[in-house]
Amino acid sequence: MAQSSSAARMGPEKLPMPAKMAVTLHVNGVERKLTVAPWTTLLDALRLHLDLTGTKKGCDHGQCGACTVLVDGRRINSCLTLAVMKEGAQVTTIEGLAQGNTLHPLQQAFIEHDAFQCGYCTPGQICSAAGLIAEGHARTADEIRELMSGNICRCGAYPNIVAAIQQAMGQS
Amino acid sequence: MINFQYARASDVADAVRQIAADPAAKFIAGGTNLIDLMKEDVERPSQLIDISRLPLRTVEQTEGGGLKIGALVPNSDLAYHPLIAQRYPMVASAVLAGASAQLRNMASTGGNLLQRTRCAYFYDTATPCNKREPGSGCSAITGLNRMHAILGASEACIATHPSDMCVALVALDAKVHVAGPAGERAIAFADFHRLPGKTPQRDTNLEPNEIVTAVELPARGFATNYTYLKIRDRLSYAFALVSVAAALELDGSTIKEARLALGGVAHKPWRDPAAEAALRGQAGNPAVFAQAADVMLRDARGYEHNSFKIDLARRAIVRALTQAARGTPQSQSNKKIL
Repeated sequence: MAQSSSAARMGPEKLPMPAKMAVTLHVNGVERKLTVAPWTTLLDALRLHLDLTGTKKGCDHGQCGACTVLVDGRRINSCLTLAVMKEGAQVTTIEGLAQGNTLHPLQQAFIEHDAFQCGYCTPGQICSAAGLIAEGHARTADEIRELMSGNICRCGAYPNIVAAIQQAMGQS
Repeated sequence: MINFQYARASDVADAVRQIAADPAAKFIAGGTNLIDLMKEDVERPSQLIDISRLPLRTVEQTEGGGLKIGALVPNSDLAYHPLIAQRYPMVASAVLAGASAQLRNMASTGGNLLQRTRCAYFYDTATPCNKREPGSGCSAITGLNRMHAILGASEACIATHPSDMCVALVALDAKVHVAGPAGERAIAFADFHRLPGKTPQRDTNLEPNEIVTAVELPARGFATNYTYLKIRDRLSYAFALVSVAAALELDGSTIKEARLALGGVAHKPWRDPAAEAALRGQAGNPAVFAQAADVMLRDARGYEHNSFKIDLARRAIVRALTQAARGTPQSQSNKKIL
């Protein structure tokens, strides 16, 4: 593999301008056809192209978890994924969790346990928790904390987030 | 992020052909490290060749009683794979000690090997870094070097390799299978990553246009007496200051076979045959473990902010060998170190 990053350096005048690419994503059960540049992240495709702004851009480097969505049922950081790589994928965002006016059990549990303050991390927390429950590897509070460590809450609502997830796990 | 072309590879041979045709292209699989580095302008590929759809996602038993892990098996699938969990629990533990659940769902086995250092100066394009810009100098040697190497470093680079998984793999004598224009070959894990020397821009001994296709584990898994002990600044989702993969085969209290490797301390996962030899045939007690730690760290050298890592490594080695000998591996969810 070419390892020297400097080998790829070019002046701005030589930047290639690749054509945009057609991508089909199945977002919250709806087929969406997009035309995006190759460097468009899945996060930017959701927020800027599909106007699904529930998924948040926090750090944009995979460190905070605010951009967590489910792709083919698995939780991932949408900021570190290119939209073109997800051709044909099923994407579930926070907007796709409720059934009509009935909240997802995690959404209901977050409200009942006051599991947020400012709310910015909450869509990522809830999508991550949905992935956690589907994975089925967490039983104890310690395991929930460990397997939710990719979601940072700067308001420090962690105890209530763990309690909300425990409640939703009990229902699933 | 730089503008780049995007193409998909249809099979391994096609991937090799495509990368050989464009010296500034890069493969992308999970993308968790590469896209981040591209956002920081550290990596500036002309083209990304997407290998994520190649059929390299299986875990297969080998004729020799080992396992062959496809390069695209996600880190989480590897950690929770029944055969890994049963026969190579040190690998599962090391994988689960790294990154976050989301990143482990994305990151591939091959990509884990090829991830780049998290040295802050490597990431900061405003500072000199021999790994990023050969010949520009090393900012870390005289800078903030608390996280940096204590073993095997050079005047050109004191960066560390960030992987946890690789520490377990080198301890277990894994092999890396690669394919390239000249065909396929296998590389012993200990020979895969490099020390920085005068060419820190080269992390591995992969040749140009080679692709990692699989990682192979030999039959011996050390599933009874092992641990992966990771010491870091916060309890989860942080890179290691020091980590230890320790595995023993015991005959009563006598050590028949020993494996010992360190993470967070060198430019490669650090395994030392001399330290293992100091354990073999000895009684598994703290004095012997301390002797092995002294052998492991005999050439350790600290810099302004990281000398504490030498003592930390010594104590972590003794603790890890104690955990392995007792058959009480470190839990990756209950963080209490027993």
